Amino acid sequence: MNTLSIARLSTRALLRNKLRSFLTMLGVVIGVGAVIAMVAIGEGAKRRVEETFESMGTNLLIVMPGSASSGGMRGGFGSQATLTWGDLAAVRTELKAVRTAAPVMRAGVVVQSEEQTWTTGLIGTSTEYFTIRNWRASSGRMFSEDEVESSAKVVVLGRTVVTNLFGAADPVGQTVRIRAIPFLVVGVLEGKGQSPMGSDYDDTLVTPYTTYSSKIAAGLGKFIAGSMFVSAMSERDTGRAQAELESLLRDRHRLAPGSDDDFSVRNLAEVARAQEQGTQILTTLLAAIATVSLLVGGIGIMNIMLVSVTERTREIGVRIAVGARSWDVLAQFLGEALALSLAGGAVGILFGLFAAAQLARLYHWPFLVHADVIVMSVGFSAAVGVVFGLYPARKASRLDPIEALRFE
Amino acid sequence: MAPLIQLAHVHKLYRMGDEEVPALRDVSLQIEQGEFVAVMGASGSGKSTLMNVIGCLDRPTSGRYLLDGEDVSTLGRNQLARIRSERLGFVFQHFNLLARTSAQENVELPLLYAGVTSAAERSERALRALTRVGLGERAQHQPNQLSGGQQQRVAIARALVNDPKLLLADEPTGALDSRTSMEVMALFQELSAAGITILLVTHEADIGRCAARVLTMRDGAIITDERQTPVRARIPTPLERVA
Repeated sequence: MNTLSIARLSTRALLRNKLRSFLTMLGVVIGVGAVIAMVAIGEGAKRRVEETFESMGTNLLIVMPGSASSGGMRGGFGSQATLTWGDLAAVRTELKAVRTAAPVMRAGVVVQSEEQTWTTGLIGTSTEYFTIRNWRASSGRMFSEDEVESSAKVVVLGRTVVTNLFGAADPVGQTVRIRAIPFLVVGVLEGKGQSPMGSDYDDTLVTPYTTYSSKIAAGLGKFIAGSMFVSAMSERDTGRAQAELESLLRDRHRLAPGSDDDFSVRNLAEVARAQEQGTQILTTLLAAIATVSLLVGGIGIMNIMLVSVTERTREIGVRIAVGARSWDVLAQFLGEALALSLAGGAVGILFGLFAAAQLARLYHWPFLVHADVIVMSVGFSAAVGVVFGLYPARKASRLDPIEALRFE
Repeated sequence: MAPLIQLAHVHKLYRMGDEEVPALRDVSLQIEQGEFVAVMGASGSGKSTLMNVIGCLDRPTSGRYLLDGEDVSTLGRNQLARIRSERLGFVFQHFNLLARTSAQENVELPLLYAGVTSAAERSERALRALTRVGLGERAQHQPNQLSGGQQQRVAIARALVNDPKLLLADEPTGALDSRTSMEVMALFQELSAAGITILLVTHEADIGRCAARVLTMRDGAIITDERQTPVRARIPTPLERVA
């Protein structure tokens, strides 16, 4: 018999008992569906974490001034200025693993347009900030080096601020008043959404640090009245960049060996990696649970095939009597098991994709399905068919035709 | 011409736990091409075992069996399957048709295993066999839509579809009433007249009378081997059936 006749024979046999075939398939449908859905959910969650961290900045490290020690009467990070403009210049030029760095000074301000007033956070920084945060203008432009040099009263607005001050109108070219000082709006930042902690990235104003120091908060001379954002060369370099930063700053601050740092470095890439690992473990766990249900589906196939072989003993006897060889019988029953598991797999894939898409929509996850997951599921369901079909099929092919024909 | 079937000192032993039970004892037999032979005997006399051996479903424990000049007593399982597929046709007491499968597909079954890959050829040969048993018009009927006699005729068509050398029938009328039994026997006589060799196992005397040669078995041995003028199978009139 050729493959086509085996396939025909097997499907015929399955169609003769539609309800049973369907119920048997159901186990594999649920198994494969669960695997597909679980992996898709896991991938989606992982992607979502990645996106969140990407929106914070590219390979970002944040250097905060202040002591890492919580002992004594010393305040927490940021409570005292310890980072100097000299430190910033050294970080920019001396460290191999660092691409660039920017000062970040923050103040709460009231900002006014012609009609509206809004309270938000103002950031004073350099042009590198936009590169580090991976942030582009959605209209207008960022402020330039010249404007930093000349302490120009220019400002770039976050999307939330624009909505609250100007509604739908384009604010570029308009003037806003920050602490009653007029600033020219040169650009609007593209929307970034929420931070991992739930605050709104877009509720912000950005102005040159020189302007900030002269107009908003009086400068501290050689100290930066805020923190430093540092971007590593690549994601892999974040660890090295952190080590270099720590050693450079300790050196520059002349800290004796054994004494506490008077700054702290937060490596966001590391936090992101930990989060990703967490979701990866979750994905693996979900897939493992789903695989168990696939296994149960396979056992269901074996169970029904065994019942079927017993029930169809006479049929098998007739087939052998009219000339079926052992191989023909084996192939038929294996074919039936394979057809059940593959059909179940196909329905399961659709079912799983549907479930994953619905969940993704519900939780605003990206809907991610890799082709290899589908290929793997098809392979897995075929394997389930062969593995769990083999025993019943062998049993059928070894029946004694005389006994089989006599079977009641 | 060599006889179609030649059995020489065939023994068959069955193992029942520790005991060996003889089912055939020293059976020697020749059947010529075209003969219509009935094997009779009480249950347990060994007639089914003889039929299984001749039908290549079972192998003799000792002795030789030549089918059409070829020694088949030592062939393996799959070689025997090939012999059955090419040279033998089986008719069973309980028809053994596949349920929920049309008459035509049932008849096509042996062709599938004989390696006839062309669907058109299978269908054509199956229809020819069905026409031969008078059921050409019911090819698409399923077994549960056919009467017992019709089902048995489908089974006979299935046995004929490979143009076998030998037709083996194990109690073919055992599940039929006397009227349809005679219909089936008339069909066998017709096939015999057309030159097909038939070996039929029965325990009913009036079925045996339809054959040209009757073997009687007891305790695994052939005790009589008689040729006779077959009684023409005919459908009894209602009056006769009452009597």
